[in-house]
Amino acid sequence: MATFFGEVVVAPSRAGLDEEEDAREETPEDREIRREIEKKRYRQRCSGGIDVLWTWKAGGCGEEPLVCSRFIVAIGRNAAAFLSSFILDSVCWEVVGVVKLWNEWCRTSSTTNVLPTDSFCLFYRLISDPTVLLCQCSCYVAEDQQFQWLEKVFGSMQKKGLQVTILSTCPVADYKTQESTLTLASPFLRALKTKEFQDQVCCPLLEQPNIVRDLPAA
Amino acid sequence: MFIPCDRGRGSAAPDFKGFTLLMPAVSVGNVGQLAIDLVISTLDMIKVGYFYTDCLVPMVGNNPYATAEENSTELSINAEVYSLPSKKLVVLQIRSPFIKNKYRPFCETLLSWVKSSQCARVVLLSSSHAYQRDDEQLLGTPLRYLLTPDLEKAVGGRVQELNWKEMEKVAAYPGISDTDKVLHIPGGGITKLLFTESCSKGIQMAVLLKFCSEGDNIPDAFVLVNYLNEWLQLIKSEVSTSNNSTDPSSQWKIPSSWRLLFGNGLPPALF
Repeated sequence: MATFFGEVVVAPSRAGLDEEEDAREETPEDREIRREIEKKRYRQRCSGGIDVLWTWKAGGCGEEPLVCSRFIVAIGRNAAAFLSSFILDSVCWEVVGVVKLWNEWCRTSSTTNVLPTDSFCLFYRLISDPTVLLCQCSCYVAEDQQFQWLEKVFGSMQKKGLQVTILSTCPVADYKTQESTLTLASPFLRALKTKEFQDQVCCPLLEQPNIVRDLPAA
Repeated sequence: MFIPCDRGRGSAAPDFKGFTLLMPAVSVGNVGQLAIDLVISTLDMIKVGYFYTDCLVPMVGNNPYATAEENSTELSINAEVYSLPSKKLVVLQIRSPFIKNKYRPFCETLLSWVKSSQCARVVLLSSSHAYQRDDEQLLGTPLRYLLTPDLEKAVGGRVQELNWKEMEKVAAYPGISDTDKVLHIPGGGITKLLFTESCSKGIQMAVLLKFCSEGDNIPDAFVLVNYLNEWLQLIKSEVSTSNNSTDPSSQWKIPSSWRLLFGNGLPPALF
């Protein structure tokens, strides 16, 4: 692409292309930074720099999967705060697991004593019905960690008759609609559901051409 | 990798033996993907499965080809497979970019799936940066093709009849005249990798690409899908009686998900 001053610059592509040419244009400093990040990501014994620690496994229960009938996942700070404010309390819910991960945007630890401003990913179980599981994930899970997150979390569960509810938020500015988002009454709810979900949905379904991405989509 | 849709008890997994696999490369302007959208939408293709892969950025939405309230609630994800057995056509649509460093594993898994499902041939729709053309490429048609040696034997003649132009090789070291010529498809995403791997694995593959730039790529998608149609004849190109020319553009059905490609409506308070 030729610019006003006549020099040719590489036009960025919407298609998100990962060209081999990019690697050649790296300075030695960039290469060093990239290598260090990769080393840090994969230093942990698990693959992809992500690990799920279940408290009920520590007591020598072996590799038995957790029986789960309902799994509610809150992704992002707003959804996690919603659960903290309206659902969670120390009387009815107990912590049963934590995700330990590291990426360039955030790090979580294996502590379960967290502040609302921390980045964390915790799992809770309803004491009166231990098959009801809840997850608060306020940390950012990088795109190359999302698959591992899923496999490790769902891999620990016995999924018979499992109903999963995912809570998440998106900026109103990202919502595609015929009218301007300035005049929209926000916040508002939209839903996506699989055809196996037979219950009533409490809000309209997400209209085309809107999509959901990252961990909620995964 | 391929997970068939559950179409009810007793339904067999889909059989793609002898089918043509049509797929896009995620490339400049997303032209290949837009063209595939047109094919799926126009031919009313049925979804038969999806790819369970960690190589693409996850995304989900409702049915992008919905025509009415009733069929708008089927979920759609980043890599799905559609089929039209009457034309022995199977189509893969890719809806998100590759995760860093994952495009090679994806290509390997894809090509081994092509072999195991015994597809007869693969047609890859792609695009390349228009600004990288040399002086000769600036003139004439912006469309190019490539055929692997195995497919060249089968359809080389037909391609000659259609008067198509083969993608030119460029000098490995520009400026030095007696250097080797190599295939270079800037902005083509995985096109070059898939093509070279297919050549070495004996897979019959054709690449159809258009030179374009980022912007409103809908016209590019129409041009590319008409180019494909010249060969595969997926839809009939009716002769228009008014100006006696063949213009099949109007016969491709634009999917409902192409709405609002360039943003929402404007706030009235702006004026």
